[in-house]
Amino acid sequence: MAEGVKPRVKAPKKAAAGETVTLKTLISHKMESGQRKNKDGSIIPRSIINRFTCEFNGKSVIDVTLEPAISTNPYFEFEAIVPEAGEFKFTWYDDDGSVYEDAKPVEVA
Amino acid sequence: MKFKPMSAIAVLALSVPTLGMADADDDSLVINGEIEIVTKAPAPAHLEGALDEIMSGWHFRDDATQAMEMDDFDNPGMLFVENAMGVWETVDGSEGKSCASCHGDVAESMKGVKAVYPKWNEAAGEVRNLQMQFNDCRTNRMGAEAWGYDAGPAKDMEALIASVSRGMPVNVAIDGPAKAMWEKGKEMFYTRTGQLDLSCASCHEQNYGNMIRADHLSQGQINAFPVYRLKDTKLTTPQGRFKGCVRDTRAETYKPGSEDFLALELYVASRGNGLSVEGPSVRN
Amino acid sequence: MEFSRRDTLALGLGAAALTVLPFQVNAAAEDAIAAFTGGADVAEGGVNLTAPEIAENGNTVPVSVEAAGASEILLLATGNPTPGVATFKFGELAGSQSASTRIRLAGTQDVVAIAKMADGSFAKAASTVKVTIGGCGG
Repeated sequence: MAEGVKPRVKAPKKAAAGETVTLKTLISHKMESGQRKNKDGSIIPRSIINRFTCEFNGKSVIDVTLEPAISTNPYFEFEAIVPEAGEFKFTWYDDDGSVYEDAKPVEVA
Repeated sequence: MKFKPMSAIAVLALSVPTLGMADADDDSLVINGEIEIVTKAPAPAHLEGALDEIMSGWHFRDDATQAMEMDDFDNPGMLFVENAMGVWETVDGSEGKSCASCHGDVAESMKGVKAVYPKWNEAAGEVRNLQMQFNDCRTNRMGAEAWGYDAGPAKDMEALIASVSRGMPVNVAIDGPAKAMWEKGKEMFYTRTGQLDLSCASCHEQNYGNMIRADHLSQGQINAFPVYRLKDTKLTTPQGRFKGCVRDTRAETYKPGSEDFLALELYVASRGNGLSVEGPSVRN
Repeated sequence: MEFSRRDTLALGLGAAALTVLPFQVNAAAEDAIAAFTGGADVAEGGVNLTAPEIAENGNTVPVSVEAAGASEILLLATGNPTPGVATFKFGELAGSQSASTRIRLAGTQDVVAIAKMADGSFAKAASTVKVTIGGCGG
């Protein structure tokens, strides 16, 4: 696992059934592009988060493929429909095989 | 808003689209919808004749950069604050203590601290900035190793300590025993150095609001430090920034952590007396 | 500045090419678009791409894409060493076909968004972002 990688999610704790809510996610990650060289002139190998997904109760909200042009500490903001009470599940996939997860329960008032 | 003759020319040239930004804007900064930040204030008395109004560097950035500071979730500098929260609770050194062992809740115990640093320490008989104080705790109370100046954990902790004072007015003491060092810092601020023969004042007092190449010159205030710079995607402390500035005048720089830069940090901090503590901020 | 006859001609040709191809992309970007669309026609309109006209720093440029009714949106930076930025696939619980992120731009260039609509058609939007070089140590 890459060092210091930590996911953060901002999601509402409550929603009305069928409401559209805004989600924000950020994961601390250097997103080494594979374009940079180190001091001895050799290429620093690419090491990025290459995929991010968000699901609610097992159904897909968004599935993002990331390329090295996504900035350090990848940030996404998007919208989801909350049809019923349940849980958002967020998953980030690292080039090195690591998988980082976060989950946020949502109550329906 | 204050224009100097040169900036009037720059504004004329730039009012023909493409670069529509020239002087500080009039936006207002509220963080997380609740922390009101004073980003413009009357200049402190010691700046009489030099500046009428002091302004946070936030006013000199574009809307997209400004917006990143208005919500902690959008501010990548807060990632480092989170790191420091972990360090705050982590026991280190021979005494089996963490920061929290003595100081408890950081948001309570450290509230207001950043606003008055650098500060004269009577027991030690010296002016100290936050990083010096951290290392005093680490070596004398925790039995832990000192952090190198501007090492990762030291910068992170500086950001955490700043974050809990956001919105409080900077109020650095410049009289009493700190005065000698403050005078030294003031002299440095106005002394031209380097092949380019520039003082801090050349850019940040006489030309703020003007463009330097494609960028905006701010007043060089440090109320919003540490800053998360989009350019290098990490935190920069005041002394780290000073080093970059002095280097850009093509001078040999002082070392971050040196007494020279401490004097400059004290003086520059005092130029922001009246602005809010704002760090960690976001700049380009 | 003096222009030779040849320079002037070349400039004229360049201008003509720009007029005919307002939507100029490099070969790698064209390949990426072709891979996404399978060579299908791409209509203008129906996609909103929000990016700053001038980015203070190319390292972190905020961009948003939106295309009502899209199943996927491909985002490209046509002037980067590799043009790919991201592909957003919207699921059944997407609240809108929109997303915002922060991207790296190697210099002034066109950012392009191509949406694949639910009916299999494609639409695009492009936006030029000027990347400024900072004054101090930039």
